[in-house]
Formats: sequence, C-alpha cells, structure tokens
Amino acid sequence: MTDRALSIEGLRKTYSNGFQALDGIDLDVERGDFVALLGPNGAGKSTTIGIICSLITKSAGSVKVFGMDIERQRSRVRRCIGLVPQEFNFNIFEPVEEIVLNQAGYYGIPRREARRRTAAALQRMGLWEKRRGSARELSGGMKRRLMIARALVHEPQLLILDEPTAGVDLEIRRSMWEFLRETNRSGVTIILTTHYLEEAESLCDKVAIIDHGKIVEHGMVSDLIGKLDMETFVLNTSAPLRRAPVLGDYPVRLLDSRTLEVEISRRHSINMLFERLSVQGIQVLSMRNKANRLEELFLRLVDRGGR
Amino acid sequence: MSNRVALLTIVSREVLRFMRIWLQTLLPPVVVTALYFIIFGNLIGPRIGRMDGFDYSQFIMPGLVMMAVITNSYSNVVSSFYSAKFHRSIEEMLISPMPGYLILLGYTLGGVLRGLVVGVLVMAVALLFTELRVEHVWITVIIVVLTATLFSIGGFINALFAKSFDDISIVPTFVLAPLTYLGGVFYSIDMLSPFWRQISLANPILYMVNGFRYGILGVSDIGIGIAIGLIVVMVLLAFGVALALLERGVGIRS
Repeated sequence: MTDRALSIEGLRKTYSNGFQALDGIDLDVERGDFVALLGPNGAGKSTTIGIICSLITKSAGSVKVFGMDIERQRSRVRRCIGLVPQEFNFNIFEPVEEIVLNQAGYYGIPRREARRRTAAALQRMGLWEKRRGSARELSGGMKRRLMIARALVHEPQLLILDEPTAGVDLEIRRSMWEFLRETNRSGVTIILTTHYLEEAESLCDKVAIIDHGKIVEHGMVSDLIGKLDMETFVLNTSAPLRRAPVLGDYPVRLLDSRTLEVEISRRHSINMLFERLSVQGIQVLSMRNKANRLEELFLRLVDRGGR
Repeated sequence: MSNRVALLTIVSREVLRFMRIWLQTLLPPVVVTALYFIIFGNLIGPRIGRMDGFDYSQFIMPGLVMMAVITNSYSNVVSSFYSAKFHRSIEEMLISPMPGYLILLGYTLGGVLRGLVVGVLVMAVALLFTELRVEHVWITVIIVVLTATLFSIGGFINALFAKSFDDISIVPTFVLAPLTYLGGVFYSIDMLSPFWRQISLANPILYMVNGFRYGILGVSDIGIGIAIGLIVVMVLLAFGVALALLERGVGIRS
C-alpha cells in the first residue's frame, strides 16, 4: 500500500438529468490525515463521497484508495473504507445489534469474531444497553453513533463521515470529536464533511474547500487561515455610543449602542485600534471574532450567489 | 470463506425477516388456501365431478400449492429488496466487498426458502381436506425449487426498477395473478377449445403447475421434460438479466 490514502484525479460527474455535480476534482489525502471537506450545499461533497464508496458511478476521472483503483480493485478498496453517511441508511425495524452484526457479515467476518467486534463497537459508542431494541427507538444522536459503530466494525483504514454531528447536541458532539481524534491517532485516515466550521478547525489538520464541483482551496488548516487578509471583530463598550466612531484604516459599524463591529486587516495591529478607541474615550469591555476564522475564509472563497 | 459468510448473512437476515413477521408472510397463504379447499374443494368440487381421474379437491391441490409458492417467493424478494432501497439500507451491501452475484443469490435463496416454507404449510392444510400421495418425489422437489427460484429472481428485477410501493404491487396484481389463475390451477387445458388451448400454452405458469401436478398426481397436460427444460431456461435467463441490471446499478446507483 502507498502512503497516499486517497488520490482523486479529474473526477467528473454529470447526473442523468444533466446536472454537473463535479467538474474535475483533484484531491490527495495522505495516510493518517484528518481532512475536512467543506463546501456549501450542492457543492459536490456528497457526490465525491458517493463515488469513493461505490454508491455513485463517476462520469470521468480516476479514484484510488491506498493506491488501488475503485473500479478495477473494488473488492479490496471497499474493505479499506468505512462510511458514515449523512442520512440514516439502516432498516429502522431491525434490532441495533443485528444492524452492526450483519454489516460485519457483508464484509465476510465470521460470526464469532463479528459478535466480538459488534459488542466492542456498541460499547464504545454507548449503545450496548440498547442493542436488543429496534433502531427506530434510538434518538437522533444514538442513530448517528450506530452508523459510526457500523462503519467501524470491519476496522477500515479510511473512515469517511458525511456530516456526522448534524443535529447532535453539544455534549454528544464533543464526545464524538474526542472519539474521532482517538480513532485518527490510532492510524485511521479520516475525511469529514461538516457545516460546523469550528468543528473542522478544531478536529482537522487539513481542509479542502469545494464549490461548484471544483476544489477551490486545499491545504493545512493553519496555512489556509494564514491566508486571511482581514478579520472581523465584535467589541462591547463600557458606555453607550450614539454613532460609530471614525477609526481611520479600521472600517467600523455600530451594531447597537454598546456593540461595534470592526474589520482589521493583517497590515494593521490590534494595539493601534485600541489606542484610537482610547483617544476617543471609548473603553472596551470584551472582544471576540465575529466568525470562526475558517468560516471567514470559507465565506470569502465560495460563491454564495444563486444558492 | 468470506463470500460464504456474506451469503449466509443475507440468507439468515431474510429468513429472520419473514419469520419475524409471520402474521403477514406465513399465515395469509394458509388461510387463503384453506378457504379455496372449503369453497372449491368441498362445496363446489363434488358438483364439478372428477378431473383427469381425480377428485376435484385432489386435482386443484398441486395448483394451489404452486400458486402460494409463486406469490410468496416473488413478494418476499420484491418487498424486502425494495424496502432496503426505500430505507437506503441497500447501501450497507453496496459499499461492502460483496460481488453483485452474491447479493442476487442471497435474496433469491431467501425468496426460495419463504416459498418452500409456505408450500409445506399449504400442503399440510391440504391434507386436512384431501388425500395426498406424491407420485414422483424428485420431480416435485425440482419443479417447486426451480419455480420458487424463477419468481424470486422476478421479484428482484421488479424491485430494481420500482420507484414506489405502487410499483411493487403492479406485477403481482396485474400479471402474476391472472397468469396463475389461467395457468391450469383450477382446470385442465383439455377442457378448452383448440384456440384457447394454444393461447394457454404461451403461459409459462401452466408448465410449472402441470409439472408440479405430474410430480404429485402423475398426470399433466404438458410433457414433464418440456416443463423442466423451459423453467431451467427461464431461470438462467432471469438470473443473467438480474445480474446485468445489478452490475449496471439500475435503480440503485446514480
């Protein structure tokens, strides 16, 4: 096996209704990476994942997983991949344990070993007590965890998660983050799509931003954030203001009587901003980023028009 | 080894499914067959008299068993596979390393087993109303297994194309039911005029019902070799078509 977990070249997909979802995607993911695949709705994230996992047929291009072509060596490729899809895709009437056990069976894992792995996966996901009940009795967060348990039962080397924390409460989301970090540390390459950019910044070391079926940015999270030439901050003042102060090179907006929104370019220091505020007798009580830094970059890169 | 495990997984899941919902899958054909025997066998049958040398209830028994086997093997696969598409749990199998033929074989065996279980139950009911003596055991077994296989594959093809639950009831209602009723379950085609007799010979279910009747009663309107040969050819054709559709991803991959 090569050190490259995923290698995509010139990937195109045009659906039968003529919609072009992918317009020549090129993407490399190294073994052990934790990559966020970001993009607005309809950008092509799920189509890319669908093609990697053999659920969607590509129109052109090539996809290799650990150096193996997804079409020519499909059986070996599929053994390497675990998928947690965006939509629930299990029979809700089947018992929880059977869903995971059957998945192990589809991968040819003998029954005794499948039982051992199923028990381990369900315990790890906190679903052991629910194993005998049908899947429809699970809460939304539990259903997501069930899909993770199912995706891990054949011990994949590449784990792909399509919005795994959508609709999950904060506590469970944090525990899932910890679990994913642990899984990545154990050597599993992870590709994750999410709408929570804070999640991507916190978890992933690399990010690929996809828009209109093309990769518009790809690299280390820290490098990409370094490309931001402007950040927006929200300041809370101690006294009410009647109008926005004039701060020279710092574009400013009064959001309400005690809240200012200031844009700071990388060429200007924050110290200078505070000096100018101080000269005008404005005291700042607190300060925060208006948006997460990755979110700021994301919004600048993707074309939001017409969506 | 791993293919065997995967195949057993699908088959055992299918068997568990129809056993778990036995009220919907196993009981109805038993009740319906009992009604057929009460009405056609016991009430109307004596007025019809003997057919091909047998009591009417004896004559219709093989056809009724075959009707139950055909309906149940077909509906098992069509409803199970379409439900998997509907719930998207089909993706569990599509992302796995299982080759397409194994998925097709697993569903087919599930349908065959349901057909055979129902066939045995219906025969048990038949014993309450009529005497049963199997003339040719192996021919009976071969015909019933081949027929259940053919209609299981038919159900699979139907489910591949189906886009709604309506689509999985159209073929059983408007194609299978008429062909079965006109397939010699309740009468011998010797009773028909030459024109309608020729038309009936184009009905594939006629060959299955008569083949099975030959196995049980030893009488048939059709040569047994022709019946078995035709069913084997149809099974091979249907399997080839279903596998080609599955490999092309018709109805399951975009």
